[in-house]
Amino acid sequence: MTDAPTDRPGELGGAVTSNLSAQPVGDARPAAVGIGGRTGGPLEVATGDWHRLHPLSPVIRGGRSLIPLALVLAPAALGFGTHPHGAGGGGSGSQLSGHAIDLGVAGVVILLGVVSWIVTRWRIEDGALRIETGLLRRSSQRYPLSQVQAIDTVRPALARAFGLAELRVRMGGATGKHGRLAYLTVYDADILRARLLALAHGVDEDAPPPPERVLVSVPPARLAWSILLSRSGLASLMVLAGLIAGAFVAPDTVRPLIGVFFFPIIAILAISWRRFNADYRLTVAEAPDGLRLRAGLLETVAETIPAGRVQAVRLTEPLLWRPLGWCRLEVDVAGKEKRRGEDPATSRPLRPVLPVGPRADADWLLERILPDAAPALAEARRPAGRAPHRVRLKAPLRYRNLSWGHTSTCVATTTGRVTRTTAWVPLGKVQSLRWADGPVQRRLGLATVHLDTAGRNIRAALRDRDAGEVERALTELTEQARTARRTAGHQTAGR
Amino acid sequence: MTRRARAEPPGDDDEWLRPSPKLRTVRRLEVAAATVPVVIVAGVVTGLLVGLGFALLAAALAVVAGLVLDWFVARRVSAWAYRERADDLLVRRGVMVRRLSVVPYGRMQFVDVTAGPFERPFGLATVRMHTAAAATDARIPGLTGPDAARLRDQLARLGEAQAAGL
Repeated sequence: MTDAPTDRPGELGGAVTSNLSAQPVGDARPAAVGIGGRTGGPLEVATGDWHRLHPLSPVIRGGRSLIPLALVLAPAALGFGTHPHGAGGGGSGSQLSGHAIDLGVAGVVILLGVVSWIVTRWRIEDGALRIETGLLRRSSQRYPLSQVQAIDTVRPALARAFGLAELRVRMGGATGKHGRLAYLTVYDADILRARLLALAHGVDEDAPPPPERVLVSVPPARLAWSILLSRSGLASLMVLAGLIAGAFVAPDTVRPLIGVFFFPIIAILAISWRRFNADYRLTVAEAPDGLRLRAGLLETVAETIPAGRVQAVRLTEPLLWRPLGWCRLEVDVAGKEKRRGEDPATSRPLRPVLPVGPRADADWLLERILPDAAPALAEARRPAGRAPHRVRLKAPLRYRNLSWGHTSTCVATTTGRVTRTTAWVPLGKVQSLRWADGPVQRRLGLATVHLDTAGRNIRAALRDRDAGEVERALTELTEQARTARRTAGHQTAGR
Repeated sequence: MTRRARAEPPGDDDEWLRPSPKLRTVRRLEVAAATVPVVIVAGVVTGLLVGLGFALLAAALAVVAGLVLDWFVARRVSAWAYRERADDLLVRRGVMVRRLSVVPYGRMQFVDVTAGPFERPFGLATVRMHTAAAATDARIPGLTGPDAARLRDQLARLGEAQAAGL
């Protein structure tokens, strides 16, 4: 545990320097061929040859299910080794058969993994990534790179131990699957990612990976504090403190309570740990081909969001963080919702770009992601951007935070009862506009316009505005969204 | 007219198209299909447990509930309307909470046309336009077969012509 944090910066640095060192030479190929010879890896990807995944892939894939098994088996196996004559002959016999079954299961898992490895191959063809897999039911998936929403490199702890990484190509469709290449060597994954991104942008695929610039990095201590200061963190701390204090004062009354609170506390701890693990040392870097996010303690994830794929941005300021001046900045990318069985850390469509940080950092990032965000928010902050006074009757808590503003390309809305939430939606990404008014709103002469985007988690709405203003806004936003859509279309066509 | 005057973007009210009047019948049948079993069960159960008088009362209450529901449904049916503009489709619906969706053709991912068991005998269908946003709510029920086919083809054509990337 102790050495995990220390070896991490070096590793990060390594990844960055490999990109940078390739840059001035302007030619990644010679170096690549040398290592390609070693791994037999995907360094001739451009030729359209078929490639296999790394031979250790089945081990890593099965590894997660095998680790618990190994933990059970290992002591027993050692036990048999050192004490051949077990305490009870019959007992050890039945144990033996039990282990035989376990071993059989493990064998089958590994065998299936090997078969799946043998029948899986992939290549790059005509600007698309093609993955063929399946023994009985062959499936051939084609991922057009011009439609890629993001590319992730995921490295579970076990894969890191072997220097392997999984490459995940995210597509936009609501029902489509992600393309997964599990596993490649880290080096190959880096090169392949750069090449896929180059293809996605229509750049020459042999172009060296563009240099990147680190924008923001989050220190772990701040992250830990932010999790402690979250609602669930504080609640579990208080319950825990209460239980411990109670255990000293009146152990008998507290004992049954421990049973009641045990599982909720474990669950909260697990969630907090997952968040800590997922956002650990999150680093945001800017490269010409998009935003690069890297994070993770045990499992590391590196993702690249190509430029112009951000559907919406959200800034949240929880009440408990406000005295410290902290906030959280997240971006929404198109794609399907979380699938069961997938890691929540890697499948969430919402990416924290800044899990916790001062407002200045958030503003600085925001300017990089959505240049028009600050003027839009400034519009919202003007008196005209605030909700009419009568909204207090309908939404007394929310009233203070309600406002909206827009520029010709971006809309900013703020809302929230306790936690203040600011959402930005680029007008070019608006999928549809929905006007609505409820009976209470109608009585007060208010209405709401929702801005629907392809992202899943960020809701932006001009909530509880004067009905006349909303009507004008609806017409104006429809108009501006159309213009923004057209200019965006021309830009893509021009590339 | 005054009820929805604020809801509309500027434009001629004549351009709003409405679902077929037969939708009213379909919805009435649906309400009846839900109400009749409730009336029977309420009547029989109270009849067996309490007595005939109460059974009639319970059944009558269930019938009244059905009629009230029918009234609500009728209001909702009359609130549906849609309008095809040059660049987007407008769909208006709702009485208590009134809604108006503006869906640009360029954002369309696909259109689906469904006909439920109650709609089919009347030759009606529901056309729904999907975008990449799950929240988009552009559904038009009770279109006659030719209307639904025309709208579907029209949307598909315009969607293709104006398609914009994500």
